[in-house]
Amino acid sequence: MASLRGPDPSAAAPASPARRGFLIGAAGAGFVLAFARPGALLADPAAAVAARAYEPNLWCRIDADGIVTVNIIRAEMGQHVGTALARILADELEADWADVRIAHVDTDPKWGLMVTGGSWSVWQSFPLLSQAGAAGRIALIEEGAKLLGVAPSACRARASTVSAGGRSIGYAEIVRRGNLARSYSADELKALPLKPAAERRLVGVDTQAIDVPAKTDGTAIYGIDAKVPDMVFARPKIPPTRNGSKVVSIDDSAAKAVPGYRSSLALEDPSGTVPGWVMVFADSFAAASRAADRVRVEWHSDDTAQVSEQDILDHGAQQIADPAAGATVFDDEGVDAAFAAADSVLERTYTTASVLHFQLEPVNALAFEKDGRWEIHTGNQWQSLILPTLAKALGVGEDRVIMRTYLLGGGFGRRLNGDYAVPAALAAKALGRPVKMVLTRADDARFDSFRSPSIQRVRMAFDPAGTVTAMQHDASAGWPTQVMVPAFMPKGRNGAAYDPFAIAGADSWYTVGAQRVRALSNDLANRAFRPGWLRSVGPGWTNWASECFIDEAAHARGVDPVAFRLRLLDGKGRNAGSAPNAVGGAARLAAVVRRAAEKAGWGGPLPKDTGLGIAATFGQERDMPTWIACVARVRVDRASGAVALEKLTLVVDAGTIVHPDGALAQTEGAALWGASMALHEGTRFVDGQVQDTNLDTYTPLRIGDVPEMDIEFVASTEAAVGLGEPATTVVGPAIGNAVFAAVGARVRHLPIRPDAVREALAGNRA
Amino acid sequence: MTRLTINDRDVTVASGEDTPLLWVIRDELGLTGTKFGCGIGLCGACTVHVDGRAIRSCITPVAAVAGARVTTIEGLDPAGAHPLQKAWVETQAPQCGYCQSGQIMQAATLLKDFPDPSDRDIDAVMGGNLCRCMAYVRIRKAIKLAAAQIGEHHDG
Repeated sequence: MASLRGPDPSAAAPASPARRGFLIGAAGAGFVLAFARPGALLADPAAAVAARAYEPNLWCRIDADGIVTVNIIRAEMGQHVGTALARILADELEADWADVRIAHVDTDPKWGLMVTGGSWSVWQSFPLLSQAGAAGRIALIEEGAKLLGVAPSACRARASTVSAGGRSIGYAEIVRRGNLARSYSADELKALPLKPAAERRLVGVDTQAIDVPAKTDGTAIYGIDAKVPDMVFARPKIPPTRNGSKVVSIDDSAAKAVPGYRSSLALEDPSGTVPGWVMVFADSFAAASRAADRVRVEWHSDDTAQVSEQDILDHGAQQIADPAAGATVFDDEGVDAAFAAADSVLERTYTTASVLHFQLEPVNALAFEKDGRWEIHTGNQWQSLILPTLAKALGVGEDRVIMRTYLLGGGFGRRLNGDYAVPAALAAKALGRPVKMVLTRADDARFDSFRSPSIQRVRMAFDPAGTVTAMQHDASAGWPTQVMVPAFMPKGRNGAAYDPFAIAGADSWYTVGAQRVRALSNDLANRAFRPGWLRSVGPGWTNWASECFIDEAAHARGVDPVAFRLRLLDGKGRNAGSAPNAVGGAARLAAVVRRAAEKAGWGGPLPKDTGLGIAATFGQERDMPTWIACVARVRVDRASGAVALEKLTLVVDAGTIVHPDGALAQTEGAALWGASMALHEGTRFVDGQVQDTNLDTYTPLRIGDVPEMDIEFVASTEAAVGLGEPATTVVGPAIGNAVFAAVGARVRHLPIRPDAVREALAGNRA
Repeated sequence: MTRLTINDRDVTVASGEDTPLLWVIRDELGLTGTKFGCGIGLCGACTVHVDGRAIRSCITPVAAVAGARVTTIEGLDPAGAHPLQKAWVETQAPQCGYCQSGQIMQAATLLKDFPDPSDRDIDAVMGGNLCRCMAYVRIRKAIKLAAAQIGEHHDG
């Protein structure tokens, strides 16, 4: 399929080393290391740096005291991303880790695209940070050698020190006394020697994450903690529908009794982001919240006030039934002929329910104008996406808006969509003073860009020998990318644009003969709410269908599900893999399947009503495969239908692992997200709103629900790929398949509810 | 006006008597380590100690703690070096960190009641604290580590 890196991969991957030179130039009492802008004057690095003619979204500086500061454009939301990125650079630089600092930066055009999602951060940054570090190391060695009066070839760099024989000089002294100014053309940069993997001293070695201590003593500052003098607090009244409500009247007479209540205001929004919003202002958030409960708003709503979950699924089923609909992502020759000629065909339909982000920090923003510039203080994952919208809403140029960076009290994709910044900005403009808007939990749920419900049909054709001759996977869901950033949509084989993030996963690495993958935009969903990217996005539902289906196909052919997968993972044709990101292809997926099965005791004896289920995925994208297999062990109570998740065994091949303990933490959390969405979460869209808005009825996994977990990473020096989401994609289908293995109940809807298990068992008996 | 003690400091707060303690702590007293999560006492992010017991400050009116000793994450240990805080760092428990003040405050009373907690004790007492990053494996590990360290200290 087309690259998921967006229409212009270089926009997401900041500076392609293939096209950029590199600069080291004096700046203040230190030196800047940076990729050069195309056309920068490489002959004069000092002038180029002074003119900021460098590619600044990826630079670091080294100061006269030897402190190395790495600028981080990625949001910190629990992944310890700054630590991982800085270690890649520091390793090649041979810097002493104790001298390395990270700086999470505010928005500025100089940073280029700012986005944190897709499990992209390490994968995109690794090659660039490595080259930057190597260039710096070589310059430091050359200058250190000069100062020591020896040849560079006699020197080595370790822990911020260049040494030759018995003599050495620290990086700080080299910065003070030497002239590090250098420039490298793109070709020269490419020729710089990167360290062999065996020489890595930070990458692949554990460390404590830089962000952790402040998260244990109350000093970590999140968006909700932002404050300025004289700010007014606000809580919104969320309209009955996301996209088509208009305020008819506001009655705040009952709110006037609330001490501290100020006023209520219907927002005028030139950007169309928050139609029908009313803001309730007060001197404190407690008062604003209480007053908002007492403000009565009458709205005129559009027809989506009558749309519910089943309507969306029914609409998707109609789309799937129309062979002309949608965009084809894979469309091999001979699909229809193979199905027509098949000895047998297996066809199944799978559905998934709406899922809330429920990031624990409700969305919020502080906005005010200062010195002719709008400041938005909030945690956000995709600043470059919302800045133009903020500018439009405020009626100013983009250069008049800056977003200040804060820690995120959970991202999970919710804060890729920065819509929540807009009403705070509009309110601040209307009031002419700083406005701090906080949503209550229920407000946050009702305004969530939740994960769309999905419906998928999967079909497989077999010849008389039982060989798979064709496969088709059709998926209909709301498309976040179409709703929020349509320019990111590539075109399918049939020329129709599609949301790559809403179909990824269906384009599997199994060799299945003639293959068709069709992506359908559920326009009813897109109209009725604002579909969001939620941790693992499309692979969170496409793999529910594809991996449950593979299991069903195996059982239909009377083949063991592990053996059936291995047979299809032959690594032939397009599944052979390719450099740099998918070296080894399907063979690496087969390896993790084998290893997970072995570790989990696949095929061994189990207690009554207990079963093992396997699933295998490639994480987020074919272009950035994280090979992962999971075996789930469940015990099913036949009487109640309750599923007890006892153990998860995960084997992950993510190439080079930068920060092993951080990688493990991400995988633990991502796997439990998968378990939570499979067994504990899920809501329904009812009459234009999500049904569950707080923890009284929305019930994510708690500490007592955590199964035993055995997580193993494959030792590898291949390209580092993503880890924030892949484990999420694999757990749900592993559990579904385990339920079948335990009691023979096949469940095709996510989340798996006890009544669905009971019904499936009753169906077996009937 | 309500008088109370916050982290060993006597204060008189102006917020109305029915104002949730959480917002008094955050907005009037300026201590932002205590977090707002659900507002209905079911996520535990707002957990503080009142006279040494863990309570949910989002559903506790400030008048209910008049004259009481309130301790927030900022006051758990003067140097931020309570055995639980050290264990949280040692095990790298936090991910986004938003729930962790509440987790640590809840765990502090857990260890008072169960100095050597079993997994079931941890499940029972910590079950009211949601970690949306699902860092539960490390939270459990950190609690056991802190319990062991406190035990060693007492035994020694």
